[in-house]
Amino acid sequence: MKNNKTYKKQFILLSILLVVLWFVNICLGSVSIPFQEIFYILIGEETSKESWQTIILNFRVPKAITAILVGSGLSISGLLMQTLFRNPLAGPFVLGISSGASLGVALLILGSSFLGGSLLSLVFSNWSLAIAASLGAFLVLSAVIIAANSVRNTMSILIIGLMFGSLTSAVISVLAYFSEAEQIQQYLFWSFGSLGNLTWEELLVFFIIYVIGIFGTFMVIKPLNSFLLGENYAKSLGIHIKKSRNIILLITSLLTGVATAFSGPIAFIGLAVPHIAKMLFNTSNHKILIPAVIIIGAIVLLICDTIAQLPSSEYTLPINAITSLFGAPVVIWLLIRKKKIYV
Amino acid sequence: MKTSSKHIILKTEALSIGYQQKKKRVVIVNNINLSIEKGTFVAVLGKNGIGKSTLLRTLSKVQNSLDGNVFLNNKNLSEYSNKELATSLSLVLTEHLPESQLTVFELIALGRQPYTNWIDTLSAEDFKKIHWAIKQTEIEHLQHNRFYELSDGQLQRVLIARALAQDTPIIILDEPTAHLDMHHTFKIFSLLKKLVDTTGKTIIISTHQVNLAIDLVDELIALSDKGLVNGRVQSLIDNDTLEHLFSKEIIKFNKTLRQFTIHKNN
Repeated sequence: MKNNKTYKKQFILLSILLVVLWFVNICLGSVSIPFQEIFYILIGEETSKESWQTIILNFRVPKAITAILVGSGLSISGLLMQTLFRNPLAGPFVLGISSGASLGVALLILGSSFLGGSLLSLVFSNWSLAIAASLGAFLVLSAVIIAANSVRNTMSILIIGLMFGSLTSAVISVLAYFSEAEQIQQYLFWSFGSLGNLTWEELLVFFIIYVIGIFGTFMVIKPLNSFLLGENYAKSLGIHIKKSRNIILLITSLLTGVATAFSGPIAFIGLAVPHIAKMLFNTSNHKILIPAVIIIGAIVLLICDTIAQLPSSEYTLPINAITSLFGAPVVIWLLIRKKKIYV
Repeated sequence: MKTSSKHIILKTEALSIGYQQKKKRVVIVNNINLSIEKGTFVAVLGKNGIGKSTLLRTLSKVQNSLDGNVFLNNKNLSEYSNKELATSLSLVLTEHLPESQLTVFELIALGRQPYTNWIDTLSAEDFKKIHWAIKQTEIEHLQHNRFYELSDGQLQRVLIARALAQDTPIIILDEPTAHLDMHHTFKIFSLLKKLVDTTGKTIIISTHQVNLAIDLVDELIALSDKGLVNGRVQSLIDNDTLEHLFSKEIIKFNKTLRQFTIHKNN
């Protein structure tokens, strides 16, 4: 709303940091490739080893782009939920979206043993996992939105979301109880989260949905800002509460749903990044916060992914563990330093 | 300056206020027929729980009426879109603001939302209105503070500034002096009176500061167990409406002093 100029420096610095980290992320991995060669591959020139080209173009670049999309998408979802519910503990998963996605995947992986071998071959395809996760997320979210429209209080939606989450976890537990160890392990691997393994086609689908979600987010800047005064004031400022609420819920489900479908339930980012942005920029104005959260979300997940791939080693840690291991202390430190947390 | 022509800005016809509880309707006040002229300072008086807030919430469409009609500028309130209403009527509510890092300036600037573009960019006109509102409420020194750093009295002035920035002919305030001491209560009352006198806005407040209201406002809306009476202050004194506002064993209205007094033997 005011003093937009003073934020320019922060935005430029963060953007540079984002580009640098993206390069670092591509350069590091279990196979070490000289920096010069990576540069040649990226600008489309010949390289000395064809395998390097494959690693960079079909593995590392898509993964780094996925990290950016997942990181910023989940963070924006978190910001939307924190403002809508006026609750600093809200995140992208409060609506039961991740539990819905998990249920979809669990039904596919764990349920396949009941349905016999015909489905089993499908299970291993990336697409079927993504579709199952999307369907699950969409179904649970639809139930939450239908319930949400029959309650007046926004806080009730939060609780309804949490209840749906509990319900789906319970169903997953029952499924797991009756499943083979191998399938449980497969499900567990999905729940660890993974940014890799996306083909360019999958990435394109992801990107299109992501752009729709981000575009929608910019369209709701006004209602988001007015929600800072509470629903009654927002209404008196001409905001259509129910309509805005439904659009915000829809955007969140799109962004969270697509991220979870392609890379599993990645914890923590969505809750923490909005707080990091609010503390760095010292504002609640969504016109500043939305771009800030997009960039910081991308940066944070790129850093986490760079750490997770344990450069120059053969191992890759689950991304979900890294986001929490490194993110939680950062937020605790920020809180102790700044003393106060805001919606 | 007050307009000489009698322009009725707010009118109700057989209005019933209350709320819907499952299938049961709870009527708080029935058959309200108000008419408020443009440029008047109106106070809603009455004891706790009698329906002051419900009335104000119904007049401002925060809450739906049970029956009857409200006319704002001769147009039925139910025909107003949210956005149209936002340029006709602004609010100062009693509810707490959610925690956030909004500065005083940003909070007041939110009052310009009905006029800003899709990403909330402030135009020169918006800045002019905001600065005018800040000047009217004498909070220039606070504009870069965060709103949570303010005292109750300061916050109330900021909320009034926000309503002013919204640039509406009517401002409705629900108990604007609820948490304030005598000094700040008087300051808020005289600020509102000054705004009515200088801008020609219509300001409607609910208040428990009955004596101050009798001194400073133009019109009263008195809510008691006997129903609602609306009129100029003097006419409500003359027709004994104020006598019945509170239970007579404890508080009595003294016509010569034009004040409520407490019974000595209690």
